Amino acid sequence: MMKISNRKFFASAILISAILAGGVSFYASSSPDGLEKVAEDVGFIETAKDHSFGDFTLADYGFKGLENARLSVGFAGLIGVAATALIALGLFRFIQKKSPNKNQ
Amino acid sequence: MHIPDGFIDIPTSAAFAAASAVAVAGAVKGARKQLSEQSAPLAGLTAVFIFAVQMLNFPVAAGTSGHLIGAALAMVLVGPYAATLALVVVLIIQAFLFADGGLTALGLSIFNMAVISVWVSFIVFMILKKILPRTKSWLVVASFIAALISVPAAAIGFVIQYAIGANATFSVGTVLNAMVGTHILIGIGEAIITALTVSAVLASRSDLVFGWDRKNSQLEIRS
Repeated sequence: MMKISNRKFFASAILISAILAGGVSFYASSSPDGLEKVAEDVGFIETAKDHSFGDFTLADYGFKGLENARLSVGFAGLIGVAATALIALGLFRFIQKKSPNKNQ
Repeated sequence: MHIPDGFIDIPTSAAFAAASAVAVAGAVKGARKQLSEQSAPLAGLTAVFIFAVQMLNFPVAAGTSGHLIGAALAMVLVGPYAATLALVVVLIIQAFLFADGGLTALGLSIFNMAVISVWVSFIVFMILKKILPRTKSWLVVASFIAALISVPAAAIGFVIQYAIGANATFSVGTVLNAMVGTHILIGIGEAIITALTVSAVLASRSDLVFGWDRKNSQLEIRS
């Protein structure tokens, strides 16, 4: 079994996520998702309200002002990856159990 | 399956937000016991990966797409408590930064995807682990099935919320049929992505995987 180092594993995971959110996301299907499609087909889509933050810079995974669709979604995706990394890594570091032995 | 504002009335949304808050508090308590200095960074990375893959909608049927939820994936990698928290972080970022999923509906979405989906997949996974042989391949199979079931489970969560407090009057049976049918299809995509990712982490760092006991791997090497 090839076991890779902590650093390599960490870097690979971040890199793969950045490529997926920053590049591959452009090719994602733009059809409505399961819930939205069901709401359209059954008819309750009309009860949906506009999002309170619908006019925000990053709304709907696009960077407002960037005309190029590929750059717009890619940039928004990278910001999302960075924001998630910051908050999630910080949160889990905060709640992890403290090692009882400092030398470990 | 991010619920927009307006589908479900405010009292029902508030009740599910309260239930989600209780579940998240429990998850913080549980994760505190389960996460070590080794596994805490993996939990953070799992949230990052789930955010990225949730952007990748795949087509499932004519005019319909689906994307990963990631509940079963996170559960297998970092355990159910940290999985709930990872999904909550992703859902909050999506709602507040990307206007994906309504703000008053956030408690509803968290309940379906970060609570129901995670814990249903955990129960399925634990049952399968008991009956299946203890090898990595079978662990991937268990992850696949847990992921497959986790998506319609979240969909049923929405149907329950619809039944309690919909702002529309279409029959619950119609919504149930449509939601479960569509989300079994999306569940297949969820299962494939989950199985591939679990395989990759098992191959590179099986010691970090919550669902894989290290004792087993040592036994496997000796035999």
